[in-house]
Amino acid sequence: MQVTMIVNDVEVTREIEGRLLLVHFLRDTLGLTGTHWGCDTSNCGTCVVWLDGEPVKSCTVLAAMAGGHEVRTVEGLAKGAELDPIQQGFMQCHGLQCGFCTPGMMMTCRALLDKNPDPTDAEIREAISGQICRCTGYSTIVRSVRWASVHEAAEALKNEEAGAQA
Amino acid sequence: MQVPAPFEYERATSVDQAIGLLERLGSSARLVAGGHSLLPMMKLRLANFEYLIDINPLHAELGYIRSGSDEVRIGALTRHRELLESDELAAAFPIFRDAERVIADPVVRNRGTLGGSLCQADPSEDLSAVCTTLDASCVIRGPGGAERVVTMKEFHVGPYETAVGDGEMLTEIRLPLRSGGGSAYEKVERRAGDWAVVSAGAAVWLAADGTIADARVGLAAVGPNTTGIPEISAALRGHEPAEELYQEAGAIAARSCDPATDTRGSADYKRHLADELTRRTLRKAVQRARS
Repeated sequence: MQVTMIVNDVEVTREIEGRLLLVHFLRDTLGLTGTHWGCDTSNCGTCVVWLDGEPVKSCTVLAAMAGGHEVRTVEGLAKGAELDPIQQGFMQCHGLQCGFCTPGMMMTCRALLDKNPDPTDAEIREAISGQICRCTGYSTIVRSVRWASVHEAAEALKNEEAGAQA
Repeated sequence: MQVPAPFEYERATSVDQAIGLLERLGSSARLVAGGHSLLPMMKLRLANFEYLIDINPLHAELGYIRSGSDEVRIGALTRHRELLESDELAAAFPIFRDAERVIADPVVRNRGTLGGSLCQADPSEDLSAVCTTLDASCVIRGPGGAERVVTMKEFHVGPYETAVGDGEMLTEIRLPLRSGGGSAYEKVERRAGDWAVVSAGAAVWLAADGTIADARVGLAAVGPNTTGIPEISAALRGHEPAEELYQEAGAIAARSCDPATDTRGSADYKRHLADELTRRTLRKAVQRARS
């Protein structure tokens, strides 16, 4: 069957089998290997991508189900050469060790900040409660998200002030 | 790599078109909604179908929570996240928010649906226990738009088996609204987002004089079926809420259920939990009914 969807703002059309999972479509058909493939059972969350802006576990979504919809992967977080604040936060606060869980963590946490720009530590932990960091680096992941939150707020304030002066 | 066996993917365009497809394709076809129960089973070859009919495009038609004067109607395709976030639903039936907080995890809750949970009919599934507790009824639509309404008891035929026939579809859950109501849900799990070791739901309706006009308890993960326990309702009706009464209800729950020893715990431990969680949820449901 043929499927057409928007992936990271680009329309793609491919011939696929109905049983193809979204995670394999992204990695093997499109070559977007930033999305990781982990437990295969919707437990670990490293395969999290956005479907119409909402985090989903792509090992448990059929590629065909994404037809006609918008998908965003970790490759679609940065704007050109400029990293998303969540990516900067993970760099600044050592939010990754081995890096395997990182793409899923960042997609979930970006979605969290879009809904709740100033989450508490508990809210961040709840948001990533369906994702596993086998290095057990949860504290630094929470710190990374806080970093992004604080820096986005500061950035927004700066832009507001610049706008007021102009 | 775990992938399902080959199947043909079909996309639903309306409820009646999906039922038409089911009618034509018979038992070789299955509806898929959130897919978070069905796809893992298909990956393990525990379930195999020649056709999957994707009903996610019907969310606009079947994703809703509507409050009327005497009941709340919820569309079968309403997602866990929507059930969790609905203040309207939490006000009428706080048991829903209690349960949704401990069902899977936030990302899975973005996909999973009420109808899918009930149709999976897993004896450990939380929303089946919630709907049993609330005395829900299920609307099943068949060919030609014919609808029938069944109770939860009739709906849940056995493990992984429901009253929904080959050419039929669960479209709506109806929850009766009665005055003086309070409800609660508690689950014991090994780790966040896991299936229940045991969980319990309780709903009570208080009369004007403060006595219990009616009460229901629903348990999950303690036997092949998630059924209400009529003996508990009978023991509670007409009495003043009291700690001794909750103890009696807990004892009935423990001896009425049929848990199996497995990796989640021993049968004895599960009976203990059925007792304890019945008491806790009744206590909380009464508190909420009073406030």
